[in-house]
Amino acid sequence: MMSKIKSFNELKSVQERLKAGRDPKKPCITVCVGTGCLAYGTQKLVDSLREEIAKRNLTDKIDFRTSGCHGFCERGPMVVIGPENIFYQRVGLGDAAEIIDKTLLKGEVIDRLLYVDPATGEKIVHEDDVPFYKKQTRLVFGLNFKIDPEKIEDYLAIDGYSALGKALTTMKPEEIIQEVIKANLRGRGGGGFPAGWKWDETRKAEGEPKYVICNADEGDPGAYMDRSLLEGNPHLVLEGMIIGAYAIGSSQGYIYVRNEYPLAVKNITIAMQQAREAGLLGENILGSGFNFDVKINRGGGAFVCGESSALFASLEGRAGEPRAKYIHATHKGLYDKPTNLNNVETWGNVPFIIEKGAAWYAGIGTENSKGTKIFSLVGKINNTGLVEVPMGTTLRKIVFEIGGGIPDGKKFKAIQTGGPSGGCIPEKHLDMRVDFDELTKIGSMMGSGGMIVMDERNCMVDVARYFTNFLVSESCGKCVPCREGIRRMRDILVDITEGKGQEGDVELLESISKGIKDGALCALGNSAPNPVLSTIRYFRDEYVAHIKQKRCPAGVCRNLITYSVDPDKCTGCTVCSKVCPTGAASGERKQVHKIDPAKCTKCGACRESCKFDAIIVR
Amino acid sequence: MEDKVNDIIKKYGSDKSFIVPILQDVQREFNYLPKDALCAVSSRLSVPISRVYEVVTFYKAFSLKPKGRYQLTLCMGTACHVRGAELIARNVSDILGIREGDTTPDLEYSFETVGCLGACALGPILVVNGEYHGHMNIAKSTKILKKLGKKGATDDEQD
Repeated sequence: MMSKIKSFNELKSVQERLKAGRDPKKPCITVCVGTGCLAYGTQKLVDSLREEIAKRNLTDKIDFRTSGCHGFCERGPMVVIGPENIFYQRVGLGDAAEIIDKTLLKGEVIDRLLYVDPATGEKIVHEDDVPFYKKQTRLVFGLNFKIDPEKIEDYLAIDGYSALGKALTTMKPEEIIQEVIKANLRGRGGGGFPAGWKWDETRKAEGEPKYVICNADEGDPGAYMDRSLLEGNPHLVLEGMIIGAYAIGSSQGYIYVRNEYPLAVKNITIAMQQAREAGLLGENILGSGFNFDVKINRGGGAFVCGESSALFASLEGRAGEPRAKYIHATHKGLYDKPTNLNNVETWGNVPFIIEKGAAWYAGIGTENSKGTKIFSLVGKINNTGLVEVPMGTTLRKIVFEIGGGIPDGKKFKAIQTGGPSGGCIPEKHLDMRVDFDELTKIGSMMGSGGMIVMDERNCMVDVARYFTNFLVSESCGKCVPCREGIRRMRDILVDITEGKGQEGDVELLESISKGIKDGALCALGNSAPNPVLSTIRYFRDEYVAHIKQKRCPAGVCRNLITYSVDPDKCTGCTVCSKVCPTGAASGERKQVHKIDPAKCTKCGACRESCKFDAIIVR
Repeated sequence: MEDKVNDIIKKYGSDKSFIVPILQDVQREFNYLPKDALCAVSSRLSVPISRVYEVVTFYKAFSLKPKGRYQLTLCMGTACHVRGAELIARNVSDILGIREGDTTPDLEYSFETVGCLGACALGPILVVNGEYHGHMNIAKSTKILKKLGKKGATDDEQD
């Protein structure tokens, strides 16, 4: 347990002492235990590595670290071996002993565990040289792999909490706010509102106490950067919050985190406890006389609670219904007191701005969007994972250079950003530079940073139906335009995908969209038509094919497709007839198979199991 | 039951603003939210039962019905959707003979879908009693259910 640090100078000496106690040349194994890697079964690998180390009496000679998410989720489980940072991917349980014996003890690289660059076929030894990492700017997220999130010592040893020390001892609250305004830090949760202005308003608002909230109710499907940051580097987020609280004049903070993120809850709880013991949270922080503490509140699984006023209602122990926004949260938020809410990634940026200065920060990014942004690049993409790039990076670079393009030689069709509030962006906009304003211009939005890649086998009408359906179940039901409007849109979209679409449906969808945009109470409703409008805007021909020709060009919508076998490709391997649950697919070994349309339920089992791409869906 | 509920409430300092996490802990204890437990929460926190009911029915995490022995959760996040999660959902529903969100009458299987589990690299994902099964497809989901069915059957025989 760490004793209380009573001043900035003492903090500096603690950091120096911790750094001096660390030998940069000492062999070190770092295993990623983010939720993604844990889902691969990494915990067993960790246990087995520990066991092998103990067996060889090496426990004192090797640093063993479990870290948060490194971002390259596609290649997990991942092990990095220091000091050279040799990068092993898709490591199996059986590899543990060999890693210790060969790489750690003899310095030999195990070839088969290396990452192979698909573009060049070259085997890559060091983590930094992997193209997925090399082409990123890992400012906020890059610290994850240097620390064990359960150890405050790790964070302090990389100069953690220096920004807090600097802010508390050398800066006035107003100066901090000015710095954040100058850095033009914009909210990473979706809206992109300048954080500094919000801080300033909350500071100036009348009423006590003032609250500071970290929104970790990351609900956009396909976005998980906030979770990974909170899991992997909870002290960074906490440090940002404490600085913000000091600037705003708040003594009570809340972290509202999704119940689906148990590891994030665990790690931030541990971090808070450690920070309190170290005198970095609680009363008289770093001997400055400033008091601030934080409570954690787990959400109940309602998407709308990511909306600030719904989140307040939920924090107060009520159903999470939003309210009209003419009263600003900065004046009347939680318990009707001045409240400043920022999301996880926004808070995570604050220590960098304070530490390195607004001018440095504003040097990254585009004119009106500064700094970096973490995106979760998922869907039909080779390198699924978390990607941090400067604002203004082109979609093409993100998808093809970092993401490694589309799997199985398929063609790129669209990229969806902004979650259920965003839109689908077609190929012609791939060279667009991604920032808050550019995305809005083409009918999408930044949102929290989910990027879902779609290929030629994804139907855009189906995607619109998917998002609308999601929003129907997540609409809180308080206002009519959202509750009834989205439902009506969903019904129309279901009809279209089932072949019951009528002429005029597209125009009707556009007209309902306008009504919802104008009339809904909160951002969930206001932005709900975006997935529909953007797909109509860029993929109108697909809507027309569904409605007029009763055809789904991508082969997705069940009522509009039939399954058949391509006689040129079928080898008669009999796999399809074995997986078919209804006996529709049949044939003799080494003979071309057939699918009986009368029996076929279009479940898709034959297509997914055919190794020769011989199942035709039209 | 009331003792257990009381213990949970005490952990949160009997603060009614923590009603959501309190109910989550109660649900974890009993596997669902029994009526008596809700009444106990209501009286201990001095929150009208109608309010408690409002909260319980608003948030997706809560269930007023008992859950099955095997809880199957399929991720329906966007990444999983574009990789065919809906076809898997239909397959699981067809095999179990229940719709998403329901439990089989013998209380063996519950099947639900969630917005996003945030493990998109493994998508589609089927979670069985907390254990993740990644890169799910129709054939694999059939196999998993078969295995569970067999396991369930042998357990019954032992009983």
